[in-house]
Amino acid sequence: MNRIITYIVLNIVRSNIVVVYTLLLAALSWGIFSVEDNTSKGILTLLNVILLTVPLVSLIFSTIYLYNSSEFIELLLSQPIRRSTIWWSLFWGLTLSMQLAFLLGAGIPIYVYAPPDVGLIMIAMGLCITAVFVSIAFLSAILTRDKAKGIGIAIMAWLFFALMFDGLVLFLLFQFADYPIEKIMVGITALNPIDLARVLILLHIDVSAMMGYTGAIFKDFFGTTLGMIIALGILLLWVAVPYTVSLMKFNKKDL
Amino acid sequence: MVVHAGHYKEGNIIIARSITFIGLGRPVIDGQRKSEVISIKAPYVTMRGFKVIRSGYATLNDPCGIKVYDSHDVTIIDNIVDDTFFGIYLQYCRKCVVKNNRITAYGIEEQQIGNGIHCWKSDSLQIIGNTISGHRDGIYFEFVTNSVIWRNVSTANIRYGLHFMFSNSDAYISNVFKNNGAGVAVMFTHKVKMFGNTFIENWGDAAYGLMLKEISDSYIIGNRFSRNTSGIYMEGTSRILVEKNIFGSNGWGMKIQANCMDNTIAGNNFISNTFDVATNGSLVLNTFNGNYWDKYEGYDLDKNGTGDVPYHPLSIFSVIVEKNPPAMLLFRSFMVSLLDKSEKMMPSLTPDNFIDTLPRMHALPL
Repeated sequence: MNRIITYIVLNIVRSNIVVVYTLLLAALSWGIFSVEDNTSKGILTLLNVILLTVPLVSLIFSTIYLYNSSEFIELLLSQPIRRSTIWWSLFWGLTLSMQLAFLLGAGIPIYVYAPPDVGLIMIAMGLCITAVFVSIAFLSAILTRDKAKGIGIAIMAWLFFALMFDGLVLFLLFQFADYPIEKIMVGITALNPIDLARVLILLHIDVSAMMGYTGAIFKDFFGTTLGMIIALGILLLWVAVPYTVSLMKFNKKDL
Repeated sequence: MVVHAGHYKEGNIIIARSITFIGLGRPVIDGQRKSEVISIKAPYVTMRGFKVIRSGYATLNDPCGIKVYDSHDVTIIDNIVDDTFFGIYLQYCRKCVVKNNRITAYGIEEQQIGNGIHCWKSDSLQIIGNTISGHRDGIYFEFVTNSVIWRNVSTANIRYGLHFMFSNSDAYISNVFKNNGAGVAVMFTHKVKMFGNTFIENWGDAAYGLMLKEISDSYIIGNRFSRNTSGIYMEGTSRILVEKNIFGSNGWGMKIQANCMDNTIAGNNFISNTFDVATNGSLVLNTFNGNYWDKYEGYDLDKNGTGDVPYHPLSIFSVIVEKNPPAMLLFRSFMVSLLDKSEKMMPSLTPDNFIDTLPRMHALPL
């Protein structure tokens, strides 16, 4: 299994796309921090990178990679290796290489420039988000045999989580403005990994505003150790559930 | 009169003559939780060098560590007041000085503890260099006029660091108010001068670095507001000049309710605040001019240091959050950034005259 992971990681790292992704992240991060004299503004820009670019690239690249390596998968299947092992190795190979790209590209400048607690949570969230969207990519790639359709599903998933979900939440917020919905909102956040990551980072960078009344509710939940563990647990679920569903489909799939 | 070091349990000590009362080697005067400790009822009394501890607790007659009754020219200097109901209390006093005292209490609930320095119906007081913590209000002024509060440090009090009502023509200068339950409240007063104070870490929904209610003809100059939930909260204020202050890393730099008018906010630095300004209506009767806003994205073609396009300090999201607080959960999401950007281009929900016409390109050296 390890040998397959190693092979996949090496194969991906050697491909130009991941190198370009790393360089892009590095250029963005170093550039932002050195141009802005105000670190907090740089952090905000990087927050958008983590919440938009990282999911998009993880998702699209993983989906395309899976379609492109269909022949490689078929080759592996002809060997005496379990299907779950192959799928598992593919997942970790992709996740680890994307995470490595994130760490090298954005992790180092964040670590250098951001205050330690903010930096740590941003890097952790970047890594989590990468894993979550690689997992979602596995699901979208297994749902259909057609490459164009698969990528379409991936893009739709990204659009939904990055944009449409927040619009829906904003709409609901105004529809139910007369009700005490603060606690329910905490639950709704868990339905979107990007929102969850954003709130966790927000609690560190906008701590003063988050001490206000509603903020305090979020802070009371996510700010505690238990809340943090629950939030990380939910993020892990966001990795595990799409992956498991895709694995079940892969196990039964007639290639 | 000189008192040597020792532990004195004398009950209530009443000073009814004009004496100078000096403690050598810091004698401890213990109220044994029974009564008021020292009552000064004569003019021209000086009290220095004592440690006053353990006054009684009663909400009817408010026993204090040191209380001055209907007097003038009293000086209370260099004492330690520890674990008392009220710390130092001045009523109907004139020309008194309270200087370099250290006042500590261990209050847990607002109703069960008095104020650190409590001044009532007095005139021409000087409250200088005291350190106060753990009381209900650090310094409390009611009907006190022509007085100065200078270089005090008021921290970790249960309610306000400074509570200030009906006290006209006072100045407070170079004080530090940190981590108090609800910050500092200044109410129903005119002609107040607030210079060079520091307001930090006053956190909570109803906590403000500085809360102004019904204040007029006052000056707020050269103060620093950092890491508060709201830096300044203004309600019903008029003709106030807010100048050369630093607002940094607050949740809201300023919350200006729509019932404020003719205030001038000029030449301040707004840096790293989550929201620079918020308001609760569309009426704008205040002027913003020549401030530095770190969120300003305009340009300066003629290089005169002033941006060529006006700055809208009111983001649409701060309006949304004001109406619908749970929306805070969506803050900094792409959707909200998009809303903010489009609102900045074409103001529709935010009042379009809520602008700084001369935003600075660079932070003022404050």
